[in-house]
Amino acid sequence: MSEATQMPEDTGRPPDAEAVRRGQEERLEKVWETPKGWRYWSAVNNTEVGIWYTATSFAFMLFAGVLGLMVRVQLAVPENDFLTATFYNQVFTLHGTVMMFLFAVPIFEAVAIVLLPQMLGARDLPFPRLSAFGYWCFLIGGVFVSGSIFFGAAPEGGWFMYPPLTTQERFTPGYGPDIWLLGLSFIEVASIAAAVELIVGTLKCRPPGMRLNLMPLYAWYVLVVAGMILFAFPPLIAGDILFELERLFHWPFFDPERGGDPVLWQHLFWIFGHPEVYIVFLPAIALVAMIVPTFARRPLLGYSWIVLAAVGTGFLSFGLWAHHMFATGLPAISLGFFSAASEAVAIPTGVQIFVFIATLWTGRVVHSVPMLFVSGALAVFVIGGLTGVMVALAPFDWQAHDTYFVVAHLHYVLIGGMLFPLVAGVYYYWPLVGSRRLSDRLGRIAFWLMFVGFNLGFFPMHLSGLIGMPRRVWTYPAGLGLDLPNLLSTIGAFIFATGILIIVFDILRPKGKQPYAERNTWQAGTLEWLAEVPGKDWGVRSVPIVTTRYPLWEQPGFVEDYDQGRFYLADAEEMKRETMVTSVLDGEPVQCLRVPGNTFMTMFAAILLGSVFILATFHFWYATIVAMVATTISILVWLWRGTAMIPEKPEKDVGLGLTLPLYMSGPKSVGWWAMFITMVGDGTAFLSLVFAYFFYFTIHPEFPPAGVDGPGLFWPMVSLALMLGAWAAARIALRVNRAGSVGIARALMAAGVALALAGGAALVWAPFAAGLDPVVHVYQATVWVIVIWTAAHVAVGALMLAYCLARSFAGKLTPVYDIDISNVALYWHFMAGTALITVATIALSPLAA
Amino acid sequence: MAQSRQTNDNLWTLITAPTIWALHFLASYVVAAIHCAPNEDIFQPIAETRIMVGVITAIALVLIGLVLWRSFGEWRRHGGGYRHNEDTDIDRERFLEFSTVLLAALSFVGVVFVGLPALLVADCR
Repeated sequence: MSEATQMPEDTGRPPDAEAVRRGQEERLEKVWETPKGWRYWSAVNNTEVGIWYTATSFAFMLFAGVLGLMVRVQLAVPENDFLTATFYNQVFTLHGTVMMFLFAVPIFEAVAIVLLPQMLGARDLPFPRLSAFGYWCFLIGGVFVSGSIFFGAAPEGGWFMYPPLTTQERFTPGYGPDIWLLGLSFIEVASIAAAVELIVGTLKCRPPGMRLNLMPLYAWYVLVVAGMILFAFPPLIAGDILFELERLFHWPFFDPERGGDPVLWQHLFWIFGHPEVYIVFLPAIALVAMIVPTFARRPLLGYSWIVLAAVGTGFLSFGLWAHHMFATGLPAISLGFFSAASEAVAIPTGVQIFVFIATLWTGRVVHSVPMLFVSGALAVFVIGGLTGVMVALAPFDWQAHDTYFVVAHLHYVLIGGMLFPLVAGVYYYWPLVGSRRLSDRLGRIAFWLMFVGFNLGFFPMHLSGLIGMPRRVWTYPAGLGLDLPNLLSTIGAFIFATGILIIVFDILRPKGKQPYAERNTWQAGTLEWLAEVPGKDWGVRSVPIVTTRYPLWEQPGFVEDYDQGRFYLADAEEMKRETMVTSVLDGEPVQCLRVPGNTFMTMFAAILLGSVFILATFHFWYATIVAMVATTISILVWLWRGTAMIPEKPEKDVGLGLTLPLYMSGPKSVGWWAMFITMVGDGTAFLSLVFAYFFYFTIHPEFPPAGVDGPGLFWPMVSLALMLGAWAAARIALRVNRAGSVGIARALMAAGVALALAGGAALVWAPFAAGLDPVVHVYQATVWVIVIWTAAHVAVGALMLAYCLARSFAGKLTPVYDIDISNVALYWHFMAGTALITVATIALSPLAA
Repeated sequence: MAQSRQTNDNLWTLITAPTIWALHFLASYVVAAIHCAPNEDIFQPIAETRIMVGVITAIALVLIGLVLWRSFGEWRRHGGGYRHNEDTDIDRERFLEFSTVLLAALSFVGVVFVGLPALLVADCR
């Protein structure tokens, strides 16, 4: 190990400088120390949480892989009865569900939580407890959904859960769809939590000097993908709400006999489901963008082009959702729009591939296992991309729809575009996580088994699909020409799985006798390779000043300055966890951020929230309500004890003669950004519900149907006035408090609580007084769901104001330290918008009709 | 080198053009849906819908064209170039301008693609 050679003890400096440095390191080690024993599980640091996250999602992948192999065994020969038809349905549904929801998306978040702080030279991401909370939600929800198969209770309607197959008891009896919906809604909480964390981290926690044009490409991809999550996941949450209301209370959103329409589910599902494919693909390509320059031994060509590709794909991928619905009978002109967008997305996708090829072409390529997997990925993905262009053409899709051709296409895209790059990433980044390199020999064997096995397994599916084999069939008759391709697919699948097993073995085998890897073992140029071997808990020794894209290659003396603590925040004098907040465009230092330390609160909150979803699944309503109250209390306690802490002094010296404030509220603070980003996601879910209303509005000649009254004008208008009053109270309270009139501010907060509660009550009263019965027709049901959504948000807004009031009385919210009311006032902007749209939709639009 | 009438590029200017693409897409989809969704006469020509999509497309192309023209001009005035890896304000600005040019060009092509079906599809089948 070369640490001794890279960090010489004899630096020629006086001995007291060495003592200072050692003192700094001891304090940093103490502050960032990982707890021991059972308290280990209270850790919130990204180095622990990220690794738990990664390991857990890998475990889910192995589980789903076994399910995939069971599917292949069943289909190996015609008229097989290895699995019963019902169990087969559960197996393939869970295979798709787990691979997508519990592996492909979470692994992105997991890897980003591990790598991003290192790449950005940050000690940790800004909300470590939020990451930990997200992880525990993910673990609980994942075990709940996956475990259902051991009780024969797994969902069996396909990973897309199309109604009415899944909404009507006579087709799919039991709890399967509820487990799917509630379990996954819960996991989406984790995804959105991670998205907030990653966006704020990328924008605000870069090292000083890391301007937007110097940001590592991985960070660009993370930014784009986390942004996509904010717009893609909420429509599915909205869909889940409608779906559960139909299953639990018979509200007829997808029941055509009462005005509903199953196609609405397809819209909401695929508005999530298509961007999801790119949410999975882009982060994996981001790993390629980090690996290729290292082994080409040159900076990546066409940095701007990659930004174009990431941002462009992020946008265009939202215009593709209906290409999953070409066979539903949508009008040809609509299909044309989606087909055109599906072709257009090939442009930025292709650009990325060409940038990688050009970089490799012009560099001096060093052969290695990560590069082997990258080249395999490019080859496989290009084939998947080509068949993607084929199925994006509506007439071809009408032929290939729901056949094994599509199964082949999607596996080529996902395995080429996601799994192979991810394995490349595992081999590349393992030295950072495990301090040792994985075996080159085993890596090569695994690659060739996976590459050959994959192509043998999935290429014949193109043929069986074109011959006419439908997807999701339990078995097929002999003599149709399907026997040989299916047998080959099964053999290939097992060869592929052997390759995966070798990787698992390589990761798990004891490596105690193997020497540590060298520091920066691949001679890469980016910040994450600053990490010492074995790694330290502190994240970065000192927060560096970055002036190039590849500081380890291009900034002389960088590593030594870093090791000697010659950059910012080299110490932890006050024994607090700290990192730096910088400006969005140019990475100028703006704040020294105290990040919270280890706690079990996040785990408790996740367990309580999980029990809300699980108890609701089995209709234990009283227990559900108790769990809801307990969850709310636990989150309030968490916030009260851990956020917006008033520092012991207003600012501190962070080194190099720079003094930064320790507390900041408003748009410069990370908390304000987190609230803003959360509200964007929340607003998207709300707009999806409004979309449902107008979807019915367009498909029904009369909406509201003849003879049905709306909620009228009076009560909605009263409630709007009250809710806007609460909005004004919250906004003015912020200003008045900042101006020093604490008494008036408290009165306004109290008034805001009262106005909000009254406004919510008036809003709920409107459809109730008008006698709107949600079970009768989809019109009433849609009005009710929008009303309930808004009323719940008003109640949360009231709770937030009450919280601020309590903080003010407790002396934790003052005219100077006012982040709580600043964020709550921001929430109320969104709340006022929600109230306006709600009233316009339910009270005014019936008049227009 | 900075000139008084120039825009300060940031993440919002970067995504302006693709946002216009998204709004164009949404508007075209909604226009077609309103006309064709509760439609019994699927063989009737839909001239107004096609004209509306055409108008929306023209507006979107003009707006994206403006973004393209602005960012291209500023990028050139800032010295152009394809490498923007210097630690200076002007290089960050140039990088954002050039990326905006690329995204605007992609969005322009995207809007043309999405507008094409209105040229070719004559009814609600």
